[in-house]
Amino acid sequence: MPKLIVNGVEVEVPQGSTVLQACEAAGAEVPRFCYHDRLSIAGNCRMCLVEVEKSPKPVASCAMPANEGMVVKTNTPQVQKARDGVMEFLLINHPLDCPICDQGGECDLQDQAMAYGRGGSRYEDAKRAVKDKDIGPLVKTIMTRCIHCTRCIRFGEEVAGVEVLGLTGRGEHMEVGPYVEAVVNTELSGNIIDLCPVGALTSKPYEFHARSWELVKTESIDVLDAVGANIRIDTRGAEVMRILPRLNEAVNEEWLADKSRFACDGLKKRRLDRCFVRRDGKLEPASWDEAFAAIATRLRGVPGNRIAALAGDLADAEAILLLKELMGALGSTHIDCRQDGAKLDASNRAGYLFNTTIAGIEQADTCLLIGTNPRWEAPLVNARLRKRWRRGGFAIGLIGEPRDLTYKYNHLGVGPQALAELANGRHAFAETLKGAKAPMLILGQGALVRSDGGQILAAARQIAGDLGFVRDGWNGFNVLHSAAARVGGLDLGFVPGADGRDVAGILEGAQSGVIDVVYLLGADEIDTSRFGKAFVIYQGHHGDAGAKRADVVLPGAAYTEKDATYVNLEGRPQRTHRAIHPLGEAREDWKILRALSEALGKQLPYDTLQSVRERLGHVAPSFRALGRVEPASFGNFGTPGPLGPEPFKSNIANYYMTDPISRASPTMAECVAAFLTPAQGKTGTHG
Amino acid sequence: MLKDSDRIFTNLYGLRDWGLEGARKRGDWDGTKALLEKGHEWIVEEIKASDLRGRGGAGFPAGLKWSFMPKQIDPKRPHYLVVNADESEPGTCKDRDILRYDPHKLVEGCLLAGFAMRAHASYIYIRGEFVNEAKNLQAAIDQAYAAGLIGKNACGSDWDFDVYVHRGAGAYICGEETGLLESLEGKAGRPRLKPPFPAAVGLYGCPTTINNVETIAVAPTILRRGGAWFAGLGRPKNTGTKVFCISGHVNQPCNVEEEMGIPLKELIEKHAGGVRGGWDNLKAIIPGGSSVPLLPKSICDDVLMDFDSLRAVRSGLGTAAVIVMDKSTDVIAAIARLSHFYMHESCGQCTPCREGTGWVYRTMQRMVKGEASVDEIDRLNDVVGQIEGHTICALGDAAAWPVQGLIRHFRDELEARILVSKGALTSGRYGFNPGIAAA
Amino acid sequence: MSGNGADQGASFAFAPEAIAKVKAIIAKYPTGRQASAVLPLLDLAQRENDGWLSRAAMDHVAQILDMAPIKVYEVATFYTMFNLKPVGRHLVQLCRTTPCWLRGSEELRYAAQQELGIGLKETTGDGAFTLVEVECLGACVNAPMVQINDDFYEDLTGESFRELLRALRRGEKPAIGSRTGRQGSCPASGPTTLTEIERR
Repeated sequence: MPKLIVNGVEVEVPQGSTVLQACEAAGAEVPRFCYHDRLSIAGNCRMCLVEVEKSPKPVASCAMPANEGMVVKTNTPQVQKARDGVMEFLLINHPLDCPICDQGGECDLQDQAMAYGRGGSRYEDAKRAVKDKDIGPLVKTIMTRCIHCTRCIRFGEEVAGVEVLGLTGRGEHMEVGPYVEAVVNTELSGNIIDLCPVGALTSKPYEFHARSWELVKTESIDVLDAVGANIRIDTRGAEVMRILPRLNEAVNEEWLADKSRFACDGLKKRRLDRCFVRRDGKLEPASWDEAFAAIATRLRGVPGNRIAALAGDLADAEAILLLKELMGALGSTHIDCRQDGAKLDASNRAGYLFNTTIAGIEQADTCLLIGTNPRWEAPLVNARLRKRWRRGGFAIGLIGEPRDLTYKYNHLGVGPQALAELANGRHAFAETLKGAKAPMLILGQGALVRSDGGQILAAARQIAGDLGFVRDGWNGFNVLHSAAARVGGLDLGFVPGADGRDVAGILEGAQSGVIDVVYLLGADEIDTSRFGKAFVIYQGHHGDAGAKRADVVLPGAAYTEKDATYVNLEGRPQRTHRAIHPLGEAREDWKILRALSEALGKQLPYDTLQSVRERLGHVAPSFRALGRVEPASFGNFGTPGPLGPEPFKSNIANYYMTDPISRASPTMAECVAAFLTPAQGKTGTHG
Repeated sequence: MLKDSDRIFTNLYGLRDWGLEGARKRGDWDGTKALLEKGHEWIVEEIKASDLRGRGGAGFPAGLKWSFMPKQIDPKRPHYLVVNADESEPGTCKDRDILRYDPHKLVEGCLLAGFAMRAHASYIYIRGEFVNEAKNLQAAIDQAYAAGLIGKNACGSDWDFDVYVHRGAGAYICGEETGLLESLEGKAGRPRLKPPFPAAVGLYGCPTTINNVETIAVAPTILRRGGAWFAGLGRPKNTGTKVFCISGHVNQPCNVEEEMGIPLKELIEKHAGGVRGGWDNLKAIIPGGSSVPLLPKSICDDVLMDFDSLRAVRSGLGTAAVIVMDKSTDVIAAIARLSHFYMHESCGQCTPCREGTGWVYRTMQRMVKGEASVDEIDRLNDVVGQIEGHTICALGDAAAWPVQGLIRHFRDELEARILVSKGALTSGRYGFNPGIAAA
Repeated sequence: MSGNGADQGASFAFAPEAIAKVKAIIAKYPTGRQASAVLPLLDLAQRENDGWLSRAAMDHVAQILDMAPIKVYEVATFYTMFNLKPVGRHLVQLCRTTPCWLRGSEELRYAAQQELGIGLKETTGDGAFTLVEVECLGACVNAPMVQINDDFYEDLTGESFRELLRALRRGEKPAIGSRTGRQGSCPASGPTTLTEIERR
């Protein structure tokens, strides 16, 4: 622990710290552009120069190791002069177009020019103009503003694992860009907007939409995958203007995946803002009373075993709980939250959680991926895997589709045969797993939605047990979810009760006429053509597949419009906060169910959100550990038996369109065209 | 004047066979095995005793640099010797002669220096434009391999040693040692942050020493004749012989190996046929390659050509490339050309150099035409001062120094040019009329 | 985009004879460090591709060395010896830096423009010559000088340079080095040193 003196203040910093970190520890502010604590050190902007005793030149504090006895000064005329000079150099070729720059108001260059600049330029020659690059539908480039800090390049190389941007040319003609026509094809591209300290990289969909100071900022949770990334929702009036990541080291660090960031324009399209009731085959607007009356009428006299309910992937825990209790009151056990039919076993929590935790990946030394494409199913989990892999000493084996995951892995096979061989210890990689000190496996939903999903779950369970994946203080068994509602639903036991039908049984029952009424809580990822003559109630916020088939539509709230609880794939309960009011006549979902229960004469005993949440904690104590992960004890789960021959396939066929919100998003449609349409095939090597 | 018997580069002009046979006749590869047998430390100590300072420009003591290499070899991190043959400093063309006419001195030097620092491999990074020089060098290496002088069990010493030639592709900045390493690793030659220094983390992350061609090529002779012999030439801390390159306005531009510390005037008059039009026709000299500040005639009259003497007059020995400018020279334009050079060669990574070198060049262009204000001279001085010392590598300094030298010694000429262009002065020679300026 | 507008050529692959050279080049560097070969391979590709690097050539080198294409573009655009557009058969590179300038490089530029009828960065209509200015080539005591393809021609005057260009146009192979016949960097009137050794 070296001790240094910064501006006369003695500080002690951990071994391996930099002078810049020591200055921060001493409370001395050091301006910087290129330095970012999650990226490698570039040391190129020269803004962080400080004076170090015995050093003849000012020192770039971001790159200089803090050594015992160093005497550092950040407040001398020499330092001020150096900053002044760097600031002036940065600005001579900068367009100073702040009034038309989306970065205005949240721009490091603007802020630091105010704090450290000389207030005027002595440069009289023509400024440099740099051609903008088209790098896709998400990130707009205004390259004349670029100050060449290389954060975006380093992010691509280091965090995203997609090398498209680089430095071409040299000297004052050096440019940041892809050199050729190429899109930045990563699910993490939006983060370079946050990283860019100037307005060179800005959000294309947000272009000229708002000024940062006009926005109301609400802290919340993302629900477009199961990671539960912490976000900030920026709104103006009744409109979500943009979504940004919020720091949570355990979950998303400070990153956000592109769908979670950019699909928010889908919140303004195809919305359900009032009730609808089907009359003469046509959905017609209705009042809440009319809608509830239509439901009550239809349900009258229908026995509980002819009623079923499905919870969709965006449903919040409060609504799932109330739906479960309402179905119980109606006498139905036909409930399921696994609309994709995943053979997840709700009886053992460790059997459906990502037990290692996302941050725990960094402690693992070996990883087995089974039937998953984490890059699309959970880009931020994939980023953690890559982060761990970059550190070295991390063997990865993959059974399934060999996709570019941004890190190197051993491809062990495409289907369950390789899994069986591993389970029998016949596969070479079994030795690697056996020798591991902290092995982990990740089981994707694609492996569980198959007819042999229960057997695959059992086989994975067996590997984990036999090869020591679970030991003191370490649980290396992980299910990778892609649905935000799933773990909450399983925690609440939203699965078939005694003699209850699962999703397949419900569809079959509806088709064959033994199920008369189906309640869809935002469930859209099902084959709605199989409902036969059943009366379908859809509660949700988008006019997607479920609403189209519905006989009654109840408008719910999107995640940006409600205070709600979601449990992420690790089992971490987190809460969204209402950033704007639900649209039109839409209501928060628990309230809809509470009101409906009353209309059906089965009034649920909750009058406040608080009382619902107390009940959540009662049903599943893990809900009380808000923001934390309660470790689950490892038990038996899965259904041992023979495995089928079909190769594994990820459950995500199109990253950009997985749910009603992203399907309604024009930006996501543009992403599909730019990144996934093979005809365009824009990669680094073609075009 | 240095005796021929004390000259190291005895085929500097290529008058004789540069191949192995010729080299052996001139004493190369003589008793190399015996030198190796004296051990790693003996070689380092002998080089230290010679007081040899690096010949690439910075003048860092070579023996000390070699001693920074770890004494133990970590099998996962082999040691490397990298030879900087990226000779690109304007005015400098000495390594070229060694590469094409005395390559065996370099190859033998690689073995001895590499062995001293416990390296089994060396890379010679030669500027890409030296295509023909690289061919000679490669031929010499091939000869040395064939003769068992390098390769497995080099010279029968039990020490395996490989020498590889790596051609650059046109970038002055690759002469900066860490820019060179980046380039050698297959990247743009953008210098690295230091620390860590190459002796700890160099080529491929392994301990590495980078030395100039001349530094390595003089090592075998020093070891054969003894460090004391080399240290006995020149002045203390400025010892030995040096290859000087004399270009510009002299009657007979040439390269010549002379004793360190030779008076500048003597160097030019003895070997380069004197200044064009006589010594009194001298205007200024850049004494150590384009990066060092120029010297007006008054200083040139008696300055000695070594590190410390030139430092004392706020210039430097640099690469010992003497660029002579007679009185016909537009010295502002001469320096503006250099400003263009640094703008063109800036790698672009550091803000002050990337943005500042272009600013300086454009200002210098205006100075050449006099299309500036007198205040701008101070501004220019301030701008180069904001580049100097604020960058990762020394290119920023090198861009600043020539301009600082110009302002220091020829400010009156800069001012006069401006005043003439504004019509405030009558044009005299160079646009400068001292009589009116004084009035 | 920032790439050049020239016709990029459909494809590129090293000729069978060049593949042995490629392997020998890569073998100079430790295993896993094959990226070190990017400069020599780009140089080789340029030689195999009429003196310039097409996009296809860069991509091919990237593929051989298992590098992201952008990493190769970064290199190709950084170093001045890589031509990203087609060039004439004789790439005439005039040194413009101060030591050559002091001794008449401007005169050479004038001579070349007169003789070839083109300006800087231009190629003659017959594709024979491309004229460019470069920074110091490291032959300063033989200034002024030019490099044409791989070869240095030194101690030039406007007239001797024009004669050199004419010789090249005639398809001759002029002797490289000093055009005044002096040996290397030796003083023109003969060596002032190493005379004792010469006698020995």
